[in-house]
Amino acid sequence: MAEAVARYRRPLSWRLILSGGWLAIVVICAVFAPFIAPHDPLAQDLLLERLPPFWVSGAEPGFYLGTDGLGRDVLSRIIYGSRVALAVAFIAATAACVFGSFMGLVAGYFRGWVDQIVSRIVDIWMSFPPVLFAILLVAVLGTGLHSVILAIAVIDWIRFCRVVRAETLLQTRLDYIDSARAAGFSRVGILAREVFPNVLPTIVALLSLEMGIAVIVEAILSFVNLSISTDDPTWGGMIAEGRTIIHFAWWVLVFPLIALFLTVLAFSQFGEGLKDRFDPVLR
Amino acid sequence: MSTGMETGAYLEIDDLSIVLKRAKTHRLLRSVGLRVKPGEVRGLVGESGAGKSMIGKTIFDILPRAVDIVEGSVRLGGDDLLKLPETQRRKLIARTSALIPQDPLTALNPVRRIEPQITDRLTKNLGVSKAEARERARTLLDEVHIREPERVLKSYPHQLSGGMRQRVLIAAAFAAEPKLIVADEPTTALDVTVQKQILKLIAEMQARHGTALLFVTHDLGVVAKICQNVSVLFGGKVVEDTDVTSLFANPEHPYTKALIGATPRYDRPEDSLVPVPAAVIEATRHEIEAADDAWLGTHAGGRR
Repeated sequence: MAEAVARYRRPLSWRLILSGGWLAIVVICAVFAPFIAPHDPLAQDLLLERLPPFWVSGAEPGFYLGTDGLGRDVLSRIIYGSRVALAVAFIAATAACVFGSFMGLVAGYFRGWVDQIVSRIVDIWMSFPPVLFAILLVAVLGTGLHSVILAIAVIDWIRFCRVVRAETLLQTRLDYIDSARAAGFSRVGILAREVFPNVLPTIVALLSLEMGIAVIVEAILSFVNLSISTDDPTWGGMIAEGRTIIHFAWWVLVFPLIALFLTVLAFSQFGEGLKDRFDPVLR
Repeated sequence: MSTGMETGAYLEIDDLSIVLKRAKTHRLLRSVGLRVKPGEVRGLVGESGAGKSMIGKTIFDILPRAVDIVEGSVRLGGDDLLKLPETQRRKLIARTSALIPQDPLTALNPVRRIEPQITDRLTKNLGVSKAEARERARTLLDEVHIREPERVLKSYPHQLSGGMRQRVLIAAAFAAEPKLIVADEPTTALDVTVQKQILKLIAEMQARHGTALLFVTHDLGVVAKICQNVSVLFGGKVVEDTDVTSLFANPEHPYTKALIGATPRYDRPEDSLVPVPAAVIEATRHEIEAADDAWLGTHAGGRR
């Protein structure tokens, strides 16, 4: 009977299925954009400008979500835009995660002057308005995808650092750490073998959340024209363009916004779902 | 050479004084002396805050950062821990001593299975092969009367009850055949019905392995059951050091007398609970303060 309990696995939660499903769609779109997109995202055709989505009268067959002010297909641009969004989400968030978590673990575990230094840096970082900081950084580094990724990593590592540090402090006070010390294990060994696995679920949840945040920051930077070149489709850039013609063609703004919204939501929910699944007590 | 040979004690603590880093004249342990011989079970009793756990933590070098050892020696088999460099100290502790912690709910790592938590110290510190360590873990789980050792080895801590976890921790403590085990109030966090079994188990394991056992507790009833000798601690000072029979027959220190008088007797429920009289506490405090003054006279400013 106890055996059955030990082997019991909860079915996948709806949260994980829905968020994972949407993220899978976005990933597939990004990877196979040239095969999926019905049109060239850059092809302009002024004869086809501002076509409405397919269910509105005046729609042209083949342009499912309509066209923008230059006659470019909105759906194709959203599909291509997912490439930038995901590249930023994965690379920037992972970079912020690795660096921030490392600093947090070290600060929380060794405390003392290491913690003092790291914590003061975090305090300073936190007193900058992040979006302004990002704009400033990209302005200095020059526009382009790599600048955006670097800016996000440089700004957002503190999110990981703070939470991981707090969690590490909490774990370090528990008896099992003292027991491991008493059993003669080195500090580094304990940090890697005992503390890290306990902090990992938190890191995973944060990482997923951060991917969503990275997507938003990239969109903001595209919106103010500081991301990649204006021609290349990005969700933020589309929203910026759509804003100017919202009274004639709402779809240019609304569809990329929905894509952005769903993706960010999916990232945060996916992270929470994973955290629950990783937790051996809840598992 | 070492005093260990002369007294035959395995653990020898002499003149151990610990202070707060921020207030170096405030002693938390006041020139504590303590001895545990091989095979001996010594109780270490005292009220909350008397410094019982601090002595245990000193032995394992896991004192909180806020305190400092200002003088004294802690010898394990003759080697003074406080004089050894960190890595050697750790090695000596790991090889010779083990801790049975207070709270079995937090003393096991929640995300790791039981097996490595018992065998880690064998495989990683003592060079025992994995298969051998596994076999040893199984034997130990048998010894602590766990019925399905195979299943328990594969379990996570949360899948076991508090009593089971304490049994696992006892098994882990005995894994490397230590010379000394410190049990830090091992039954406090447990159910009353389980307490008795765990107590019996610790006594049984101690007898089987012939280990020196320092049993930290605030329960004189427990002391009466399993200890041969006992040290009574008040305010970080050992006020009485005697064998169990004389402890109960003719306690010397007024605080000890009062403590024994205050122990609830389940066999005489009609007696009302007696607190330790304030006058006794006051007198003991004065005694300690007088000792502190003398100590400060010889250690003006502290050594470190």
